[in-house]
Amino acid sequence: MALAQVLLNGLLLGGIYACIGAGFSIVWGVVNIINILHGSFIVLGAYGAFFAHQHLGLHPFMAMLPLAGLGYLLGQGLQRHLIRHVMAAKVLVTLTLTFGLNLLLNNLMIYAFSADFRKVVLPNQEPLVLAGLTLPMDRLLSMLAAAGVVLATHLLVTRTMLGRSIVAVRMDPQAATLMGVDVDRTFAITFGLGTALAIVAGAILSPIFPISPTAADSYLGKAFIVCVLGGLGSLPGVLAGGIVLGLVESLGAFYLGPDHSLTLSFGLLLLFLLLRPQGLLGRKGFE
Amino acid sequence: MSKRIFIAQPLRATLMLLLCLALAVVAATGGSYWLRLASTAAMYVVLASSWNIVGGFTGYPSFATAAFFGLGAYVAAIAQTRGLPMAASWVAAGLFTAACAFALGLALLRLKGHYFAVGSLVVAEVLREIMAAGGTLTGGGMGLNLPLLSMAPQAIGRLYLAAFAVLAVASVLLSWAVLRSRFGAGLACIEQNEDAAVMLGVNTTLYKSAALALSALLAGLAGAVYANWINYIDPGDVFNVLLSVKPIVMALLGGIGTLTGPVIGAVGLVGLEEIVTRSFLDLTGVVLGLAVVALVLFLPHGVNGLAFMGRSLKGRQP
Repeated sequence: MALAQVLLNGLLLGGIYACIGAGFSIVWGVVNIINILHGSFIVLGAYGAFFAHQHLGLHPFMAMLPLAGLGYLLGQGLQRHLIRHVMAAKVLVTLTLTFGLNLLLNNLMIYAFSADFRKVVLPNQEPLVLAGLTLPMDRLLSMLAAAGVVLATHLLVTRTMLGRSIVAVRMDPQAATLMGVDVDRTFAITFGLGTALAIVAGAILSPIFPISPTAADSYLGKAFIVCVLGGLGSLPGVLAGGIVLGLVESLGAFYLGPDHSLTLSFGLLLLFLLLRPQGLLGRKGFE
Repeated sequence: MSKRIFIAQPLRATLMLLLCLALAVVAATGGSYWLRLASTAAMYVVLASSWNIVGGFTGYPSFATAAFFGLGAYVAAIAQTRGLPMAASWVAAGLFTAACAFALGLALLRLKGHYFAVGSLVVAEVLREIMAAGGTLTGGGMGLNLPLLSMAPQAIGRLYLAAFAVLAVASVLLSWAVLRSRFGAGLACIEQNEDAAVMLGVNTTLYKSAALALSALLAGLAGAVYANWINYIDPGDVFNVLLSVKPIVMALLGGIGTLTGPVIGAVGLVGLEEIVTRSFLDLTGVVLGLAVVALVLFLPHGVNGLAFMGRSLKGRQP
C-alpha cells in the first residue's frame, strides 16, 4: 500500500514536472537555444500569481491566462531584440548570453522581492481518499492543470498552421525558408511560447511549492532532466520524461532517503545523455 | 594560425610583464585586502586558462570547471583531515582530479554541442549532491574545516598568494607548451573539424580526454589551494555554477583560444567585480549579468575584436 501511495505521489509530481519542462523543451528543440532563463521565468510566473492573488484576489489558475500573454510578449521581445543577434554563433555564446540574462533577471528579483520564501495560501481543501490512497487536492488540481497545458500546447503544435511552421523550422530551417516560412518570426513566436509556458508553470505550482528566486536553479535542473529523458521538442516526450522523473524522485526518496533522490535523477540524466540522447520518445537524428 | 594567436604580441607581452610586476609589488608590500584581491585574480587566471584548454583549444563548450575545482578542494580537505601534509594533499588532489577527468572524458566527450554542455554542467551537480550526502567523510551539507596554519595572518596571505601565482604562471606556461606541441596541433585540428581530424589520423578520443585531464589538473590544484586559503569548504560553495561560468566569460573577454586572453580576461573581470562590489553591494549580480550580456552582444571576440576593428579601420585587413 505504501508503495502504491509513493507511485501515486510520483505521478502527481510528474505531471507538474512535465509542465516545467515543456517550454524549455520547445525552445531547445526548435530555436536550438538552451534557455538558462527558464528557471527564473518559472519563478517570475509564480510571483505574478502570488501578487495577483494578494492584490486582486485572483486564483492562480485564473491569473494564468493574462500572465501567459505577458510572458509571451516578454519572450518574443527578448528573442527579437537580443538573442536573434547570436543565433549564428556557437553554442558557447548563446549559452553564455542566456546565462548572463538569467543572472540579471534572478538578481533583479532578489533585489525587488528579497530571497524570502512565499506561498499562495488557498482555502484548505480536504484530501481525496480513494481506495485507501490519499490524493492531496491542491497537488491533484495543479497536476490536472499542468497536464491540460501540455495537451493544449501539443494540439497547438500539431493542429494549427502556426504549429506546422514551428515543426517545419525544427526539422530544417533552410527548407522551411524555401517553403515560405518566416524563420526569424517563427523563432520569436516559439521563444515567446516557451516563455509563456514557463510563466504558466510558475502560476500552476505557486500554490504547492514555496516561491523564491533561489528556487530557479532547481526548476532549471528539472527542466534539463525532463527534456533529456523525454526527447527534445516532443511534447508527448515531455509528459513521459516528467512522469519518469516524478516516479524516480518519489521511489528514490522512499527507498534511499530524500538526500539521494536528486543524485539519482541527475545520474539518470547523465546516463541518458550518454546512451540515449534522443530520449524516450524522441526520434534519432533530431537531437 | 599562430600569427593570429599571438596578435598584438608586443602589447600583450608588456601587459603580462606589468601584471607580474604588480603581483610582485602586492606580494612584497600589500596589506591583507590587496593580498586577497591578487590571490583571487591569480586563482581565476588558473581557472580561465584551465577552461581555455578544453573550451578554446579543443572547442568543446565545457561547464565542468566547478566540478574539477570542487573535487580538488574536497580531495585536499579529506586528505588533510586524514593527516596528509598540505603540499602533498594538493598534489594528490590535482592528480586525482586529472585521473577522474580523463575517465569521465572518455564517456562525456563523445557528446557534442548542447549535449556536451549540459552533460558537463550536470557533473558538478552530481558531485555536489554526492558530497552533501557523504556523511562524516565529506562533512555532508555542513562542509569541512581545514587545519589553520600557525603563522602571522600576513605571512599566510603571502604564502597562498605565492601558491596561486605559481599555479597561474604554470598554467600559462603549460598552455604555451600545449600550443607549440604536436598535441596542441591535434587539438586545433579537432577544434576546426573533428571528422577531418579523425581522417588525418588524430586519435581524437585520447586527445580530447587528455585535454580535459590537463584542464582538470589545473582546476583541481586551484580548488585544493582554495580550500586551505578559505579554511572551510561546503558543497554549495566549491561546486557553485559561477565557478564554471566566470572562467568562460573571462576567456570570452580576453580572447578564446589565445595564450594571454584568459589572463587579461581574468584580471579584468575580477577588477570589474571588485569595483562593482565596493560601490553597490546589492547589485553585484545585476551588474555582472549586464556585463556578460553586453560582452556577448557587443564584443563577441573579446578585446581581440577591438584589435581587429582597429586594424580594419586603418585599412589593413587581418
